[in-house]
Amino acid sequence: MLTYIIKRLLHAIPILIGVNLITFMLFFVVNTPDDMARSHLGAKRVTSEMIESWKADKGYDKPLFINKKAEGVEKITDTLFMQESLKLFSFNFGFSDENRNIGEDIKERMIPSLSIALPIFIISLITNISLALLLVLFRGSALDTSMMIVAVVIMSVSTLFYIIAGQLLFSKIWHLVPISGYASGWEGVKFIILPVIIGVFSGIGAGVRWYRSIFLEQINQDYVRTARAKGLSELRVLFGHVLSNGMLPILTGVVVVIPSLFMGSLIMESFFGIPGLGSYTIDAINAQDFAIVKAMVFLGAVLYIIGLILTDISYTLFDPRVKLGG
Amino acid sequence: MTLTFLWTDIMVWLLMVALVAWGYLISRSVQVQRQWRAIFKSSIALVSSIVLLVYLAFALVDSVHFHKAKSSEMVSLLDLAFEHRISATERTYSSPFATHEYAKSLVVKEGVSHQEYLPLKYVTGKGILKPTLIALAVGLGLSFLLIVVHIVWRKRKGWREDIPWKMAYLTLTVLMLIFTWLYLLSFDYHVLGTDKVGGDVLYQSLKSIRTGVLIGILTTLITLPLAIFLGVTAGFFRGWVDDVIQYLYTTLNSIPGVLLIAASVLLMQVIMDNNPQWFETTQERSDVRLLFLVIILGITSWTGLCRLLRAETLKISQVEFVTAAKAFGVGKFTIIRKHIIPNLMHIILISIVLDFSGLVLTEAVLSYIGVGVDPTMHSWGNMINQARLEMAREPMVWWSLFSAFVFMFVLVLAVNLFSDRIQTVLDPKNNA
Repeated sequence: MLTYIIKRLLHAIPILIGVNLITFMLFFVVNTPDDMARSHLGAKRVTSEMIESWKADKGYDKPLFINKKAEGVEKITDTLFMQESLKLFSFNFGFSDENRNIGEDIKERMIPSLSIALPIFIISLITNISLALLLVLFRGSALDTSMMIVAVVIMSVSTLFYIIAGQLLFSKIWHLVPISGYASGWEGVKFIILPVIIGVFSGIGAGVRWYRSIFLEQINQDYVRTARAKGLSELRVLFGHVLSNGMLPILTGVVVVIPSLFMGSLIMESFFGIPGLGSYTIDAINAQDFAIVKAMVFLGAVLYIIGLILTDISYTLFDPRVKLGG
Repeated sequence: MTLTFLWTDIMVWLLMVALVAWGYLISRSVQVQRQWRAIFKSSIALVSSIVLLVYLAFALVDSVHFHKAKSSEMVSLLDLAFEHRISATERTYSSPFATHEYAKSLVVKEGVSHQEYLPLKYVTGKGILKPTLIALAVGLGLSFLLIVVHIVWRKRKGWREDIPWKMAYLTLTVLMLIFTWLYLLSFDYHVLGTDKVGGDVLYQSLKSIRTGVLIGILTTLITLPLAIFLGVTAGFFRGWVDDVIQYLYTTLNSIPGVLLIAASVLLMQVIMDNNPQWFETTQERSDVRLLFLVIILGITSWTGLCRLLRAETLKISQVEFVTAAKAFGVGKFTIIRKHIIPNLMHIILISIVLDFSGLVLTEAVLSYIGVGVDPTMHSWGNMINQARLEMAREPMVWWSLFSAFVFMFVLVLAVNLFSDRIQTVLDPKNNA
C-alpha cells in the first residue's frame, strides 16, 4: 500500500510542475514584471528607474527563464521562474497588495469555507442518492418521468436565481434566518442554514440524474437478474447489489472533489458574506490582486491532485479486482 | 449606412455557413435522416428546438452591423428595429407598463415643494387594447402564412406524419403572438420597465440574447477542433503521444476552471488597458473582449470532451472493422476519417448541446464575479449583476432580475430538454 501511494505521489510531481509552468506563464510572461510595475505605479509617465526600483523592491528584477549573466547552474536557478516556483512549492505565497501574509489568510479562511461546503457536500450526497434510488425503484412510472422533467427544470435555473430568491423569501419576507453574515461555533448555525439549503437544492437536478443513470446501468446487468431470480425483494436487490456495485463510478466522481471543498464556493460566499476562501478569491479578482489569485490557482490544483490520488486509493479499498502495484 | 463586421459577427456567420454545409452533407445519409426523425418524434424536442431557433434568429439579426453615416457608432438590425426604445431613456426606475416613475421625487411648484410621481417621458399612455388586437391579427397572420407554406412544402415532399407538426405550429404561433405583442406595445410603453438609469429592460434582455448565444456556440468552435484532434490522436496512436496528451489535459484540468478563467480574463484586461490604441470605439473593444472570453472559455473547457473521445477511440480501434481496415493496408488517416470520426459523432453532438447550456449559465456567474463580458455589453449576467442590490430596495425593484432570469431560463431549459432527447436517441447505450 505504502509503495503504491508513493508511486501515485511521484506521478503527481510532473502535473504540479506543469501547473506551476502555466501559472508562471499567465502571471509573468503574458503580463511581464514591467507591465506589473506600470499598472502598480499608476502614473502615465513612469520612468524606467521607477520601474527598476519597483521590480527590485518586489524581487522581480531577474530574467524570466535563463540568466545569461550568471555562471554554471545559476544560469537556470538564478531566474524569476525558479525563484517563484520554489516559493509556491514551499507554500510560501508571499504578501498581498495590502501587505497581508497570504498563507496566514488562507489558513484562517479555510474553516468558514468548509463550514458551508462540507454540509452541502454530505447532505447532497445523501439526498441525491436516496432520491435516485427511489426513482430507479419506480423506474418507467409517472413519478419517474415527471421527476426527471423537474430535475431538468431545476438544472436550468441559474444558481444566482436560487440565491437571490432564497434570500428574498427566507430572510426578507419570512424573517427566518439572517440575510448574510458569519459567526464561528454554534452561533454560526443560523447563518449557514440558508446557504446549505440553497447549495443542496441547486445541485439536486444534475445530481439525481447522474446517480440515476449510474444505477440504471447496473440494473440491466446479469447479476441483478440472478439476484431477482433467487427471489430477493426489489429493495434488497437495490440496496444490496445495485448500490454497492454503483459505488465504483460514484467514487470516481465524488472523492476527487473532497479536498477541493476547502476552496469554498465563489458566489455563495460572496452573497452570504462568509469570510471564506471563495469570497477571498472574489475580492482579490475585483481588486486585481494577482498574488492572491496566483496562490489560489496553485492551491486549487494541489487540492485537485490530492483528490485524484485519494480516488485511486479508494478504488483499491472498495474494489477487490483492482490490484496494487501494477 | 455601410455594412461592417465585428470579429464575432464574422465568426458566427462563418459558423452558420459551416453548419448548413455540414447539415447538407450528412443529410444525404439515410441513417442520419432516420436518427433526426427519431429525435423530432418527441414533441418536447420539437418545441424546444423551435424556441432555440427563435433565440438563434435574434442572435443572428443582432449580428449584422451597420456604420451609421457620419458617426463612428455601430448599430445592428435589431437596434434599427428598436430605435424608438434606445433613445427613450427615462430618468430612473419605472415598473412594467407604468406611466409614472416608480419613486416620488421632489417637485417645487409655485414656491411650495412636495413629493409626487413624475410622469414618464417616453410613454404615451394610450390603451393597451388596440395594439393587442393589432398584434393578435399580425401574429396570427404571419404564423398562418408560415404554416401554410410549410404544409404545401410537406405535401410536395409527400406526407410523412411521424413528426408532431401540430405542436410545432402551435409553438410557432404562440411565440409569434408574444413577440409581435411585445414589439407593438414597446412603442407606447416600457413593457418590462426601466432600470436604474432609465434604460428599457426589454431592449436590454433582447440584446443579451446575442451575447448568451454567441458564448455558447463560438466556444464550441474553439473546443471542438482541439478536443477532436487531441482526443482521436491520443486514442488512435497511443504510446508516447497518448502520454503527452493525457498529461496535457490532466494538468489543465487540475486548475479549478473558474480560477483559470478569472486569471486569464484579468490578464487580458491588463493587456487591453495597456494597449488602448487597438480599438477605435467602445463597441469594438467590448467585441474583442467577448472574442477573448470565448477563446479563454474554449481553451479551458476542451479537456472533458477530449477525455471522452480518447476513451471511445481506444475502444473503436479494437473493433473488427478497424482491424480489418488496418490489415487491408488502409492508410491511418483514412481509417480515422472513415471509421473513427463517424462513430464519435454522437458523443460530440451530445457534448456540444450539453456544454451550450452550461456556458450560458457560466456567463452569468462570470459577469457577477467581474470577469465576464465587458460591463458596457448587454448580457444577462451584467443585468443580474447591476440589479442584485435592487431586491433590497423598499419597495422592491424586481423586473430587471426577473427579465434576465426568465430569458436565460427559457434558453437553458430548451437546450437541456433538447439535449436530453438527443442523448436518448443517439447514445447507443440506450438502444440496448
